Amino acid sequence: MSRVPRATAVVAPRPGLSALLSIKAIRIGASARDWRGAVRLAGDALVASGATAPAYTDEMIATVEELGPYIVIAPGIALAHSRPSEAVHRAGISLVVLNKPVNFGHRQNDPVRLVVGLAAPDEEGHVTALGTLAEFLADDGRRDELLRSTGPDDLLRLVEAFEGDQASQMRRSTSDGKDLVDPK
Amino acid sequence: MKILAVCGMGLGTSLILRMNAEKALKQLGVEADVEVSDMGSARALAATADLVLTSEELAEQLGPVKPRVVTISNFIDPNEVVTKLKAAIG
Repeated sequence: MSRVPRATAVVAPRPGLSALLSIKAIRIGASARDWRGAVRLAGDALVASGATAPAYTDEMIATVEELGPYIVIAPGIALAHSRPSEAVHRAGISLVVLNKPVNFGHRQNDPVRLVVGLAAPDEEGHVTALGTLAEFLADDGRRDELLRSTGPDDLLRLVEAFEGDQASQMRRSTSDGKDLVDPK
Repeated sequence: MKILAVCGMGLGTSLILRMNAEKALKQLGVEADVEVSDMGSARALAATADLVLTSEELAEQLGPVKPRVVTISNFIDPNEVVTKLKAAIG
């Protein structure tokens, strides 16, 4: 156990995944010629949802040019993002499911089928949403179901259902304010 | 102990890494603080850390640092973080 209280327990609740993932920021069956095209789709989706200005898309591409394809965080999944900047209006997440995977040049995790776009005006405001998304995607079955979504509303329903389950588990496990262990 | 999770910007990949590292530490029963850092400040912050967690590619860019560097290839897989942290500190 950590000796300091968990940060999430001492600050005001941060927006959850469905608060940052607008239906306007979801693309299903999109096609990209290469990794730049794939990141651009994720950036365009953030712009469409009102989270960013188009300049942020270029900043996400520049991040990969500068630091390499480390943004491919898991097999088939890229987390496209850059720094907080003037081009970020508010925190936002976009999801792009490619109909044909593209290579980012990552040694283990290529090719990429899902591009997550992340816009953050600060360093921590998106942590709850990002954590939920990572947990969602950590399960192969859930990830495959997401990749098989037939449309943005279909995908959003999966995410909202997961988030709802997670929230009710959290309420059960923290109902007395201290006990973080799931009651048997 | 202090663990430093490093990614390019210090707000995307490293936050996921911190989350999984905190879960792993709890599972392993190890008391540690996990901090996040971008590549720019990682070298300076690593000097006071006991362990650095990052990707293979960023580890190469980071170069030699004082603490042990553990590289993760799948950032969302809690099992990889548990296995590698256990091997490094368990």
